[in-house]
Amino acid sequence: MQTKVENNKAWFLVLPVFLIVAFSAIIPLMTVVNYSVQDIFDPYTRYFVGTEWFKQVMLDSRLHEALLRQFLYSFTILAIEVPLGICVALMMPTKGRGASLSLILVAIPLLIPWNVVGTIWQIFGRADIGLFGAFMSGIGVDYNYASDPTDAWLTVVLMDVWHWTPLVALLCYSGLRAIPEVYYQAARIDQASRWAVFRYIQLPKLTNVLIIGVLLRFMDSFMIYTEPFVLTGGGPGSSTTFLSQSLVQQAIGQFDLGPAAAFSLVYFLIILLVCWVFYTTIMNMQKDK
Amino acid sequence: MASITLNALAHTYTDNPTKPEDYAIREMTHVWEQGGAFALLGPSGCGKSTLLNIISGLLEPSDGEVLFDGKRVNELKPEERNIAQVFQFPVVYDTMTVFDNLAFPLRNIGVPEYKVKSKVYEVAEILELSDQLTRKAKGLSADQKQKVSMGRGLVRDDVSAILFDEPLTVIDPQLKWKLRRKLKQIHEQFNITMVYVTHDQLEASTFADKIAVMYNGQIVQFGTPRELFENPAHTFVGYFIGSPGMNFFDAELKSQGDQKAALMFGDHEISVSDAMLTRLHAMGADKVTMGIRPEFVHVWDGKNNDAFPVDVDYVEDLGTYKILSFLFNGQVMKARLSEDQKVPSGQIYVSFPEQWTKVYVDDYLIDIADQAAVNDTVEETDHAN
Amino acid sequence: MTQSSTTPISHNKGITKEQAPVYSRAERKARNANLRGRFGLVLYVVLLLLPIYWLVNMSFKTNTEILSGLSFFPADFTLENYAKIFGDATWYMGYVNSIFYVSMNMVISLIVALPAAYAFSRYKFIGDKHMFFWLLSNRMAPPAVFLLPFFQLYSSVGLFDTHIAVALAHCLFNVPLAVWILEGFMSGVPREIDETAYIDGYSFPKFFMRIFIPLIRSGIGVTAFFCFMFSWVELLLARTLTSVDAKPIAAIMTRTVSASGMDWGLLAAAGVLTILPGMLVIYFVRNHVAKGFALGRV
Repeated sequence: MQTKVENNKAWFLVLPVFLIVAFSAIIPLMTVVNYSVQDIFDPYTRYFVGTEWFKQVMLDSRLHEALLRQFLYSFTILAIEVPLGICVALMMPTKGRGASLSLILVAIPLLIPWNVVGTIWQIFGRADIGLFGAFMSGIGVDYNYASDPTDAWLTVVLMDVWHWTPLVALLCYSGLRAIPEVYYQAARIDQASRWAVFRYIQLPKLTNVLIIGVLLRFMDSFMIYTEPFVLTGGGPGSSTTFLSQSLVQQAIGQFDLGPAAAFSLVYFLIILLVCWVFYTTIMNMQKDK
Repeated sequence: MASITLNALAHTYTDNPTKPEDYAIREMTHVWEQGGAFALLGPSGCGKSTLLNIISGLLEPSDGEVLFDGKRVNELKPEERNIAQVFQFPVVYDTMTVFDNLAFPLRNIGVPEYKVKSKVYEVAEILELSDQLTRKAKGLSADQKQKVSMGRGLVRDDVSAILFDEPLTVIDPQLKWKLRRKLKQIHEQFNITMVYVTHDQLEASTFADKIAVMYNGQIVQFGTPRELFENPAHTFVGYFIGSPGMNFFDAELKSQGDQKAALMFGDHEISVSDAMLTRLHAMGADKVTMGIRPEFVHVWDGKNNDAFPVDVDYVEDLGTYKILSFLFNGQVMKARLSEDQKVPSGQIYVSFPEQWTKVYVDDYLIDIADQAAVNDTVEETDHAN
Repeated sequence: MTQSSTTPISHNKGITKEQAPVYSRAERKARNANLRGRFGLVLYVVLLLLPIYWLVNMSFKTNTEILSGLSFFPADFTLENYAKIFGDATWYMGYVNSIFYVSMNMVISLIVALPAAYAFSRYKFIGDKHMFFWLLSNRMAPPAVFLLPFFQLYSSVGLFDTHIAVALAHCLFNVPLAVWILEGFMSGVPREIDETAYIDGYSFPKFFMRIFIPLIRSGIGVTAFFCFMFSWVELLLARTLTSVDAKPIAAIMTRTVSASGMDWGLLAAAGVLTILPGMLVIYFVRNHVAKGFALGRV
């Protein structure tokens, strides 16, 4: 990396970004902090309660379950999407018309509004009108995502894999395309096997994009709301109630503003912590270069 | 170890080639003998890298065949040809140590680990990489990486030839000569056929016993550095080799009276042998290109019978020698003056010794000493050397 | 011994072609691997497109046909569902609204992100690393956390149910992303170009507009694509901040649940129409999108 020039006037260039993001981030965040320490009955009647809501949130077993479900879910989809994405990227042609075509086709799910993704799977998974649901009943599986918790959970996972594997695949694809042809030529001359080419040439070049991919997928899956909301509404029971769902239920459904705000902050902090770990890793890796 | 034969080889990147320009490699037949150190010299875009990739099997030629020790290898993939190739930019496997990098080709073919070890140590010793073996290849400097690339070619016992594709491009100048000497040393030690692609004549002539000069997809001359210098078979060789390159000028074959023909550059007669004149006459070539190296131009202080009066343009002092530019018949030409020679000015006299004055028809040398080649030329109106 | 003849090209292609191709073991293996790869890719793409195909298929069916059984092609092909959408202002205005705020968001994000990304890629300044991390952390903020405060904030400044409200709210995650992508692309432009321009007497704004921006055109295209994408697919904030005038199509779609049950055909048609703009946009940036997905960092 080239050394950068020290120049504090650069702040003027960053100022617009700072202002616009601060408007959407800091003011609402302050509001959340404000709520989190008050008990609110109506806009004019509120009491300062200190850390009480935080204590309540930390001890709320429903939230613990939601958090556990959230981690389980995030790890499950990462464990499926990352290897699958790599495989798809390896299979995509790098040159010619096939490259553009496969790129566009693979990217399609990413451009569908999230609630439509939910709608698509809501239809697709129904045994009466959906192909997938009908197929499952056809092969003798008693499948109903609306009434069976396991089926619901698996459907949400399947939907996420369908929806987001393309992101991992495209990331990896761009990483693979950045490998100079000469590396493959050298490997052929060294009589490397397909596996050796993957292990020693492709995978090392993929680490950077994979970190970005894992970061994005972890974060986005951690805040997933719309798709399961449309598909299952968080049910049956609470089998697909992840953190965002619980939060929205609490804040808007029950209008428990104080606890919801405290919950928001805890939720945000968890994400921030994980994000920071990733960020430092990426920065350190770039320094190594 | 093997000799490499290219038989009627041609390659094109277009689907329906119609004219010779569509070919990156125009049809050629060529032999690289076993154990030689060869250079493939030419400007960028002349097809030398294409040719190299065809030999190693990374590219399949559109026509003709590649033979290793007389056996056709067209259908063999690079991994089956037992060829090593070193590329312009060093290719190392970043995540492996230097040792693992060097061991990689051996492990791929299932060589037992104890043999791998001894072979890697041996090669590392030669390349002076012994103290780097445990380091990750990622952190190496460019020249060390390039040494690792070479080392991967050297560890295999079965390698028939090592191909180098401008391997010193990214190496610092002061390290270049060191690596080049290393290569030379390796060649002497291993007796492997080596083909070295470059666009640098100095690199080519210090590395190779014989140089093939490539131009527009053809090998226009294959010879020792000295042959290329003294007897360029093609105007391109004259122009590309030597600094500055050969002086060229167009002359006309004019018959004065009955038998007495002469090569005329404007009003000046350029003397060539009678045999040459007869040859040109027989070929019916009345327009020719003549060439003489600046090193062979004679500069006289005073008037002389064989010398032509010319005007001095300017003199460049290059330290150990000087380059004199002069105007002859309105055309700029150059002559090399040794350091102690007097710097002339104004009008001077130059002469072109007959022995060093070359005659070219359609860019190819008319060489009356080589009768076989002459016959070829007559039949095909194109020249072979 | 050695000779190189340079006769003009003779077209002996026919002769070489007649020889039966003899493939070696390694080549056969490579071809098989290649074929397997193609097959795998086709299979993946088919599975990927199946749910979408089902949606499209359904959008051309009447509700009676949908509920009467499965079929791969509409037996009773109808455009009625689409006609309903294009004939009803409350429906098609949803698309207009969505496209409107998405475009606004794209423009705002690019305008503010360009200079900032330049600053991050070229200069060191007090708090630069913290600033960058803070920006990125907003990309990670779950919208659910901000739902209520956003509603209150935009209501209090009188922006509730306007396009600009949604556009600004989406800046929360799009601006950091835009800065991140653009910074990656800009770092790929050698600093010597800036220096040469300044020496040639260009002022910063002139250099930036005339020289620098054209250099990172593809980066800007990709950034615009990503801003479009994330703004287009987001629903939670967009729905919360609008009620009538700026309501996005994605939110209007929930109307298909009525007293007489679900209008599946209409829902499917509306869904299909939300997929089309995305496909159109990705078609235009297809050549740069691979690099963009790596945020300019490969």
